[in-house]
Amino acid sequence: MKRIICYIGVLAALACSKDQVEPEEEYVVYEPTPVSLDIPEFFSNAILDPVIPPNNPLTKEGIALGKKLFFDPLLSVDQSISCADCHMPINAFTDKETFSEGVAGAKGTRNSMPLFNLAWNYDERFFWDGSAFGLERQVFHPVTDIKEMGNTWERVVNDLAASKEYPVLFQKAFGEEGIDSIKVSRAIAQFERTLISSNSKFDQSLRGEIELTQEEENGLAVFLDETRGDCFHCHGNPNNPLWTDNIFHNNGLDSAFVDVGLGKVSGDPADNGKFKTPSLRNLAFTAPYMHDGRFETLKEVIDFYSEGLQPSETIDPLMKKVAQGGVQLTENDKQDLIAFLLTLSDQQFIANPDFTP
Amino acid sequence: MRKFILYCTLGCLLMFGCSNDEDLIDEEANVSVSLKMQHSWDGETIAMTDLNTIKYENANGEKMSIERLRYLISDVTLEKQDGTIVELKDYYLVDITKEETLVIEISDSIPPDTYNNISFTFGFDNEDNLSGIYPDLNTALWNVPEMLGGGYHFMQLEGKFINESQVETGYQYHAIKAVDNSGDEPVFQDTFFTVNLGPVTIRGQEELKLSMDVSEWFKNPVQWNLNELHSMMMPNFDAQVMMFHNGQNVFSLVED
Repeated sequence: MKRIICYIGVLAALACSKDQVEPEEEYVVYEPTPVSLDIPEFFSNAILDPVIPPNNPLTKEGIALGKKLFFDPLLSVDQSISCADCHMPINAFTDKETFSEGVAGAKGTRNSMPLFNLAWNYDERFFWDGSAFGLERQVFHPVTDIKEMGNTWERVVNDLAASKEYPVLFQKAFGEEGIDSIKVSRAIAQFERTLISSNSKFDQSLRGEIELTQEEENGLAVFLDETRGDCFHCHGNPNNPLWTDNIFHNNGLDSAFVDVGLGKVSGDPADNGKFKTPSLRNLAFTAPYMHDGRFETLKEVIDFYSEGLQPSETIDPLMKKVAQGGVQLTENDKQDLIAFLLTLSDQQFIANPDFTP
Repeated sequence: MRKFILYCTLGCLLMFGCSNDEDLIDEEANVSVSLKMQHSWDGETIAMTDLNTIKYENANGEKMSIERLRYLISDVTLEKQDGTIVELKDYYLVDITKEETLVIEISDSIPPDTYNNISFTFGFDNEDNLSGIYPDLNTALWNVPEMLGGGYHFMQLEGKFINESQVETGYQYHAIKAVDNSGDEPVFQDTFFTVNLGPVTIRGQEELKLSMDVSEWFKNPVQWNLNELHSMMMPNFDAQVMMFHNGQNVFSLVED
């Protein structure tokens, strides 16, 4: 942080006679320190660069402010919950609930999404239904949703401005006085972009540091085999560290939709029942699964894809053998597939002190 | 002798100076050329609004829809009248649902001329089809698993059809390099192919219209039976070879 201090008062004093000396006034101009995202080598070699909006470059002070805001219950109407209550580091920034509890015990209708590697969401459509375009805009929703933080931006800004710490932290982060909702969203988005998960057992095996077990290797083969799991068309392959296509599919959960997902956002009935493909990283920490948290265990998930598919007009063509209920995996293949999926979990990520208060 | 060397040097300088100027003038006359990708079904344009609806009928009489269509073209070349080849070596992933992928600038500097042929490779040839080396294609999850030889997909055409039991069923017409994994050692067969579009005259800035007739993938020479072949076609050697044959006539230049 460069700190430029202009002693206007001193200059004034020099210009004036001894009798007219004014009290010194100190104007401090802060210049945020630019930082680069610490991109793992495999990411930079394998996939396109992350998305960093030109109007919200990462800075040391912006990230620090975003982290403080993320863990601060001051953002909620009764100051009872923070972002981290539903997005806990220990759970790869989701929680264990089917539907998270907001202020006054209110519950939403979708499972809290885990947060990591968000800077590589190239289409920048966030939430299960893609309703938020851009990470900064995503921040706006939970603060005012009555089933989440239930606050108003006017109150949030007033509370932040009235605090002892925040005015100067915002000034340091953005190089100017003043707090508003845009700065709050930008700071939190900066912090969220730093949440990079890249050190799972599978990552280590790609780097040649360890070997997978025979079961895990077979699980990967099931995953990549079009005649067995065929998971790779939506969830990727070892050449892409994200383990998601970051787009929207109807994966055959229901024949009739209680929640139409993307269809409500786009207005196109062809999108009914489509939800964002979640990353398969960190599944060990992110149960329950699916947009509505209907599956408690990975076994339930695999059983669903194997025997539980439901036909509908918008079911994705990639869902195979729908008439038979799914891909009909053997019990052995199911177990091995789960063993492989668990190698994508990153213990270092959930314990990273940079990501905890 | 000294005068001779001086005159030679001046002569050379003048000569090279003139030729450089001519090159500059030539380059200034060059124009950009792009390909506009269009898609049709038996000659009828496929618009974005035509996707996701069962409205097409293939040569085998099956009613079907198109939900996704992505394909890779590479090594676009122009053949000059003297037979030399202008290589515009690159690759492009076309996605019918993404408008920005439907116009491909193949060069920003081509001399206006009449060319004997414009051609490209459908998919990747073996020199280019190397696993994991293209970050943009990895990002698009365009990879082929190593158990099938690695490299990249050539095409993903997906949708639904009405099967013989009158049930809407998904199909995944995915084209890759053919591999037979039934023996001890995998057997590969190339399925990329060169598409020769014929002569083209580049006058000014040109946007050449290139059309894919999607119905051709199901028609000629193999009348495709979706009831028999609609799923899990990547590891199906024979299906890949049939796609190769049916792909030969799907592309054409569209006259203005």
